Amino acid sequence: MAVNADFVGRTYPPSGPYAVTAEGLAAFASAVGSTDPVHTSSEAARAAGYADVIAPPTFAVTIAQQCDAVFVQDPEAGIDYSRVVHGEQRFVHHRPITAGDEVLGTLTVDSVRAAGGHSMVTTRTELTTTDGAALCTSTSTIVIRGGE
Amino acid sequence: MGVRTLADTSVGDTIEARTIPVGRDSLVAYANASGDQNPIHQDEEFATSVGLPDVIAHGMWTMGAAGSVVEEWAGDGGRVVEFGTRFTKPVVVPQGGGAVEVAGVVKSVDEATRRATVELTVTSGGDKVLGRCLAVVLLD
Repeated sequence: MAVNADFVGRTYPPSGPYAVTAEGLAAFASAVGSTDPVHTSSEAARAAGYADVIAPPTFAVTIAQQCDAVFVQDPEAGIDYSRVVHGEQRFVHHRPITAGDEVLGTLTVDSVRAAGGHSMVTTRTELTTTDGAALCTSTSTIVIRGGE
Repeated sequence: MGVRTLADTSVGDTIEARTIPVGRDSLVAYANASGDQNPIHQDEEFATSVGLPDVIAHGMWTMGAAGSVVEEWAGDGGRVVEFGTRFTKPVVVPQGGGAVEVAGVVKSVDEATRRATVELTVTSGGDKVLGRCLAVVLLD
């Protein structure tokens, strides 16, 4: 089954808001082995100049993947999720995601291409606060393995 | 340790290699913290049924572990302003646990923007598991 190239260039309405909690950031930091207190201690985060505890560099993916669902689970998109592997991931942070943020994600399908019997789909999620402040641009390429 | 400064950073500076263990329990913790409950990262029978050698780590666990090494080098996690990678090979996590090794080197320093680009080398069992793994750190 081929991925539907008609989706290229499509931008979805913002999804969310996704609430960022101190507990969620601490659990994520622990899971990736971070010991930086800016993720777990409000005092340490404020001393470093932040409003509250901040997210580790890859935390944004947890929100971006929720935003992706509207596309990757759309039967019209033609993505067999059982054959998906993560190919590439990139984050550009505009300001740290912070506990208390209410985050909106706007998903755009940047490209769909075929390579060696596989399909590669690149999506971009622009994360902002509900007030419109830019947080992070998360770009993800998934590979849908060919086969049969 | 404070935030890394421009004055203390030069091209060729290295982040000493370190080994980070990864057990099945690490992957359950990552699944719960991230929401990615794909059974290939937790269930050996399922993983092998879809042609994998064993349970494999979430690619984003591996990238996240590498990110923790960079933020420690930066002295403040909020200083890692860009971070990207390719996932080149899976990290296999057998019942007894696996490991990744992370090392880094400063590839460039932009004095005008106070940004250092660090390339990370991330391997598991001798195989490179992340490719073109680059982090940009905002220096003090």
